[in-house]
Amino acid sequence: MRDRPTRREMIQRLGAAGLVLGGAALGAGLRWDRGGFDVHRAAGDRQVRDFRLKGASAAPLPELVVAKGDPDPAVLTRRAIDALGGMARYVSRGDVVVVKPNIGWDRLPIHAANTNPTVVATVVQMAFEAGAKQVVVTDASCNDPSRCFQRSGIWRATHNLGATVVLPAEHRFRTMRLNGDVLDEWPVYTPLVNADKLINVPVAKHHNLAKYTGAMKNWYGALGGRRNRLHQNIDVSVADLATFLRPTLVVVDATRVLVRNGPQGGNVDDTRELNTVIATADQVAADAYGVGLIGQKREAVAYLKMGHERGLGTMEWETLRVKEV
Amino acid sequence: MPPADPSPAAPSVWRRLLARRAPHRRSGSGLPARSAIRALVWARRASQAGFAALFLALLCATAFRGTFTAKADTAIRMKWPVEGFLLADPFVALLTALASRGVYRGMAWSVALLALTLVFGRVFCGWICPFGTLHHLTAWVFPSRYGKGASRVEANHTHGYQRAKYYLLFAFLAAAAAGSAIGGLFDPICICVRAIGLSVIPALQYVGGHGLAAASSLNERHVQAASDAAQDLLAQTVWQPRQFYFHQSWFIGSLLVATLFMNRFIPRFWCRVLCPLGALLGLFSRFALFGMEKDHAKCTDCNLCLVHCQGADSPQGGVKWRQDECHMCLNCETACPEDVIKFRFLPGRASTVTAPDTGRRTALATFAAGAAAIPLVRIADAGSLDANYDPRVIRPPGAVEERAFLERCIRCAECMKVCPNNALHPALFEAGIEGLWTPILIARIGYCEPSCVLCGDVCPTGAIQKIDEKQKLGIGQAPIKIGTAFYDHGRCLPWSMQTPCIVCEEFCPTSPKAIWVEEVDAEVRASTPGPNGEPPDMKRVHLQRPHVDPALCIGCGACEKVCPVQDKPAVYVTSVGETRSKSNVILLENTNYNAPG
Repeated sequence: MRDRPTRREMIQRLGAAGLVLGGAALGAGLRWDRGGFDVHRAAGDRQVRDFRLKGASAAPLPELVVAKGDPDPAVLTRRAIDALGGMARYVSRGDVVVVKPNIGWDRLPIHAANTNPTVVATVVQMAFEAGAKQVVVTDASCNDPSRCFQRSGIWRATHNLGATVVLPAEHRFRTMRLNGDVLDEWPVYTPLVNADKLINVPVAKHHNLAKYTGAMKNWYGALGGRRNRLHQNIDVSVADLATFLRPTLVVVDATRVLVRNGPQGGNVDDTRELNTVIATADQVAADAYGVGLIGQKREAVAYLKMGHERGLGTMEWETLRVKEV
Repeated sequence: MPPADPSPAAPSVWRRLLARRAPHRRSGSGLPARSAIRALVWARRASQAGFAALFLALLCATAFRGTFTAKADTAIRMKWPVEGFLLADPFVALLTALASRGVYRGMAWSVALLALTLVFGRVFCGWICPFGTLHHLTAWVFPSRYGKGASRVEANHTHGYQRAKYYLLFAFLAAAAAGSAIGGLFDPICICVRAIGLSVIPALQYVGGHGLAAASSLNERHVQAASDAAQDLLAQTVWQPRQFYFHQSWFIGSLLVATLFMNRFIPRFWCRVLCPLGALLGLFSRFALFGMEKDHAKCTDCNLCLVHCQGADSPQGGVKWRQDECHMCLNCETACPEDVIKFRFLPGRASTVTAPDTGRRTALATFAAGAAAIPLVRIADAGSLDANYDPRVIRPPGAVEERAFLERCIRCAECMKVCPNNALHPALFEAGIEGLWTPILIARIGYCEPSCVLCGDVCPTGAIQKIDEKQKLGIGQAPIKIGTAFYDHGRCLPWSMQTPCIVCEEFCPTSPKAIWVEEVDAEVRASTPGPNGEPPDMKRVHLQRPHVDPALCIGCGACEKVCPVQDKPAVYVTSVGETRSKSNVILLENTNYNAPG
């Protein structure tokens, strides 16, 4: 006689099969990818992370300060920021201040490919004096970051003042939507956007493709991923980045500038000692002034014009209240 | 392992600890093992753990992570002698000494290990070797059903296959005398550095990194902060801030897994059967002053010694002890309940075999095979030094000329582990079968950082010389070149697609730059047709088209690394033009045989 299952057993087996089928259907339904392109494309305005001061100051303070003539970068930096109204005008007590120098290359300070460590250290010092809770110094380097941070002298100079030096690592990049003209969605270096105040401390130098690199181009260090593609449209990329990041303050190091073989240099003969530091809140004006320091014309730098037209600042720096100290 | 505690189940931990303090009573005679021996067994365990930890610490420290304490112009070198285990390795020293007729710098430390062997026998295998410890641990944690009880006793008898390691040793020494340090493929320390450094650590980083990234994506602030802190800590101690990838390293990793898996069938398979370093130490252990004496009359054939034997060296009564196979773990004396086994200085040798029982003919045959193998692999064209040299064989900066390089390179992978840019990789067959796992530069994964000299700093054998920054960068002298860059015009954006780029020029580190640009105005067709279907307009664009100056190019590969043509770059480096070679050159002036260097 055939061995037939009991009713109870049959119900159990049917139930088990039903549960497995139901579970599979539920899983497939929950994780169903309908596929196809353009399913997730978002639209919208250009994204902006604005760290600028809100509201104009009452006193007629200068808008662009040029400090020159002293061989000590610390004196120049202090003079420039003080003439602009002092660090306390820009940094409030308890702020997390992020300082973004150019630490792109494995070069020594004398090569002027990275920001001068004394200029960066003075900005850090002044931010602490103004009551900053934490000062973060960071950049996403081009060469091996450990080597760039150490050999630029910036790691040692700022760590000794109590700054938090953050080296780039893969986990510190998160993909964000910039909605720029060419920069749509990119991995953004999170330490730069997780800030109360953002101070851009670039070095003024020659750049063979863009002609000049200073404040606006310094935001290349805010991106991860394969940013070598940006060169194909370098001017719009720079304008997009400067639209995305609006710094609280810009301090341009022109104590020693690279006039040839930029942006990497490597030969002291390619540099000129200018003993100049520029401080302003206008990143376009900072660059428009800086271009002249390396012997180039501002009209030749297309991203300056774009920045001017997008209203990020003015390339006619003469129209600002300029003060030399 | 010590025998089970004979006292009845103790009610508390405290009571059990007290019970342990009483003399250890064993089955059989009931006599306790000598306390000195029991202390030595624990000392051996501590030594194994300590040296394994030291090895891993040095391996993890084989990396440059930067420091805030250094000044900008401080020379960057390893703080610790991270290659220390290799410097103390007499097999490596003998291989390179036979091949290159010299003992390179720190390799003189291997004499110390030899001295230790001459006093205590193969204590290195049982007490120090990190690979031995790994096998000891694996055989203990993952025994198969063939690894327990009677099967285990049978497995731990001395077997004929244990002679294989001597034959391997003879073949490798002959190959070394014929000019190739290829024996490093089988050196246990080299395997540890290579397999753990190039496979295990990157794999752990892959898993750990993805796990922590998944935790970060939960968008919970505290979880993110903890995950970031863990990533930072691991990047600063165990691995590096970015994932490292190694060329065909699955092969290295699978071999490690396979070797460890063999412990399920033959405990300490590697150490007993294959290890040429163990064989070399075995040859020297015949002179050891410390050793075993047996009192065969007292043996009851309980086989407890065999259960715990590491070297399969016949510790049991009735047969002679095989001194050359013994790892000096001292388990047998601790286990023996009848006082058959005694370890002591200057033991009698009535029941000891001191030398391996390798047949003379087989020994000669393996020796001849090793010597013949080298000319055989060198007349095959792949990896040949004189004909059809592979353009991908770009050696690290400071590497000596290829023939001398093969005399010295032991494939330990220290250079690949330390390279901060993940530029150095184990060759598979690019450099011929003889060049297996020798270092080559794959610029697409990482370029040679111009101011870095760490590969030579950690190289234990001088295959990569200890150059300084001045020599490498060419300050006051000619720089060291490792190859030359070439453009593929069909793929280059400014050359064939009328699109501005020159990222290669930006990254070119020499001064003046080896990559120079030609300013041109060129025609380019618009991508869209006119409104009424007319052919698309032509417009003029200004372009900078890159060129390489072969006299200035150092072959670092920065251009190849950063080229935005993702899959197959438009600029690439090959080995031609390397300073170490007088034949692999392009330019006439580099072919001057009278020039120094």
